[in-house]
Amino acid sequence: MAHFEKAKSVNDWLDQRLAVNTLRRVLSTEYWIPKNINFLWAMGMVLAVTFGLLLISGIFLLMYYKPDVNLAFDSVNNIIMNEVGYGWLWRHIHGVAASVVFLIIYIHMFTGIYYGSYKKGREMIWISGMLLFVTFSAEAFSGYMLPWGQMSYWAGMVITNLFSAGSLELNGVVEWIRGDYVPGDAYLTRFFMLHVLLLPLVILGLIGLHFGALRIPHVNNQDGEDIDFDVESKKYLAGDTKESKVIRFQWDFLSKDIFVLGVFLIFFFYLVFYHFSFALDPVNFDPADGLKTPAHIYPEWYFLWSYEILRPFPKDPGLIAFAFAQVAFFLLPFLDRSPNVAPANKRGLFAIWFWVMLVDMIVLTVMGKLPPEGIYNVIGLYAAVTFLVLWAVLPIITMLEKKK
Amino acid sequence: MNKEIKILLVVVFFTLVTYWGVEPFAHSAMHKHVEGEGFAYKEFPAVKAGDAAKGGELVMGAAACVGCHSIKSQGMPAPMDAATAVASYGVNPPDLSSIGHIYDEKFLAALIKNPAHALGVEHKFNETKMHPMTAFFGAGGDIDQEIADMVAYFKSIAPKEMTNKEVFVDACSRCHAARYGNLTQLGETPKFKYEKDALAYKVKVLEYQDKLKAYMGKLPPDVSMLGKSRSHHFLETFIENPQSQLPGTSMPKVGLTKEGTEQVIHYLTEIGDANKPARDSLGWKVILFFVIFTILAYLWKQSVWSKLH
Repeated sequence: MAHFEKAKSVNDWLDQRLAVNTLRRVLSTEYWIPKNINFLWAMGMVLAVTFGLLLISGIFLLMYYKPDVNLAFDSVNNIIMNEVGYGWLWRHIHGVAASVVFLIIYIHMFTGIYYGSYKKGREMIWISGMLLFVTFSAEAFSGYMLPWGQMSYWAGMVITNLFSAGSLELNGVVEWIRGDYVPGDAYLTRFFMLHVLLLPLVILGLIGLHFGALRIPHVNNQDGEDIDFDVESKKYLAGDTKESKVIRFQWDFLSKDIFVLGVFLIFFFYLVFYHFSFALDPVNFDPADGLKTPAHIYPEWYFLWSYEILRPFPKDPGLIAFAFAQVAFFLLPFLDRSPNVAPANKRGLFAIWFWVMLVDMIVLTVMGKLPPEGIYNVIGLYAAVTFLVLWAVLPIITMLEKKK
Repeated sequence: MNKEIKILLVVVFFTLVTYWGVEPFAHSAMHKHVEGEGFAYKEFPAVKAGDAAKGGELVMGAAACVGCHSIKSQGMPAPMDAATAVASYGVNPPDLSSIGHIYDEKFLAALIKNPAHALGVEHKFNETKMHPMTAFFGAGGDIDQEIADMVAYFKSIAPKEMTNKEVFVDACSRCHAARYGNLTQLGETPKFKYEKDALAYKVKVLEYQDKLKAYMGKLPPDVSMLGKSRSHHFLETFIENPQSQLPGTSMPKVGLTKEGTEQVIHYLTEIGDANKPARDSLGWKVILFFVIFTILAYLWKQSVWSKLH
């Protein structure tokens, strides 16, 4: 049995029982981060905090929300927004954070793509991150059903219809998902369960995996330099903090993260209070009505690019392209055949690939919202084809890349 | 330039382009733009100067307004209750106490002369299906002068100021319920001690709504959230001329003045977004807090990193 002494302090008491000093050292004070980074490396912490905001605001909303087709709309728009003290604040934080979290996810993803942070041992960081992206998407979609407005209902109708798999006409699958022929009470309640229990549990697990996946390969840096963390950390601990290429997670890295977080929160709360209609679509303030299809049905902005890969093609090819778009980014570490870990602008053709991909996804996003008519259809079709071609040529252009 | 600032500018640039594309640009492509007419009601002729005393006699006498309408402020009760009225006319005829204040005078004059035309619902009525309000065919003199006299009378008895809610109730609530304001087509829902009384009242509301549905084609929507689901510009132009935004709608032109329309829109915001004032006043304080937080965080970061560079 372990030997316990009379504790000298609360910390000592805890340390004897939980080894908190070792934990603190391993998890933060001697968790080493490269020094050569910029503010984009703070997006992980920004995401963690935004997820925290979603979780806390969600807990408050959960106390008043009613998952029933007759009560849901008014429980959100009247009880929470008008009657409960500061209910409006929690709702706006929740709605705006749900949208902004995807902006940060996309910045975080494209940072990883630009600096090549998905290869040479960092594949699991990328894959666990992509799993988080998919789960966040499901979480966002299920949450969007809950206010039971016009967009909730019709987006639910359109998206669940996709599971009939085009010409396979698997209508039984669609009914099984909905628990009814059309979205109704069973549908709303099961999406409520997914949104407040099952998916958050999966997300928490995946966040643990994502953080864990960082430990062995370590965080990448601005030049893709292969740092010997043992040597550099010894240098730091010996007092040569200026020459060492690494910094402590706590407080060296965190002090910068918290500054970036401050800038982000100024922007975030400006949106929460004064500029929220991009996240709380006005159409969804009309109650769900199965007999009245809205003039325009579109998903939230963060799903538009993949929606636009579905839309310009005939039914079956469109669904196949759409299905590919959902998994394409998972394949990135394997389709990129170059061994170089370096910023995209130092990787020849890959630099072009990166910027074309970024612009193409923005074009897809904008076309995905516009009505599918005239020139928008043509641009959308070309952008969708470009997206598919980019993935097809990725292995070729990266194989041609010179080894550094 | 500092590398971090350059990276920030790239991120901000692509974010703003995406925002512009999915919000202002996409919405301008999705919704047709309707230019308002400034509540001038140019389609109706100007109204002559009228004599309120003569107008009063016409309203009570030859024009027979009070045969269907109440003028409660003048002690004239409604000839029939709401349920009977809606069964007879399809919609409960409005009380006339405040119409001189909330409606445009040209609209009122045009309405008295030719209701279906003034209301912009000629597509719904014809020779065999007459509008429930009978046109005024004159009392023997100059019909335009007689109408001007009646308009002058309504203006003379109208209140000079009304609350947002009063304007909404008089102008809109005979067709539209507003449950977040506790209003149905029968007015404010009272509190009942016994459930059977509450249910009996609910039945009365439903019966009224069924008649209204038959008259309008569908039940006019509850407007509790319209202040949030529609833009200010949409509501303004829609109230001014419903056909401009929704061609073929059975909603009549209401004839509200600009001020009356603003009051109605204000009321919609009061019930649909009751905490807007609280949000606006708290917002800048929270933002200021994070500005100070960020300045302190920056100074702290500089002190931590001074030993790293």
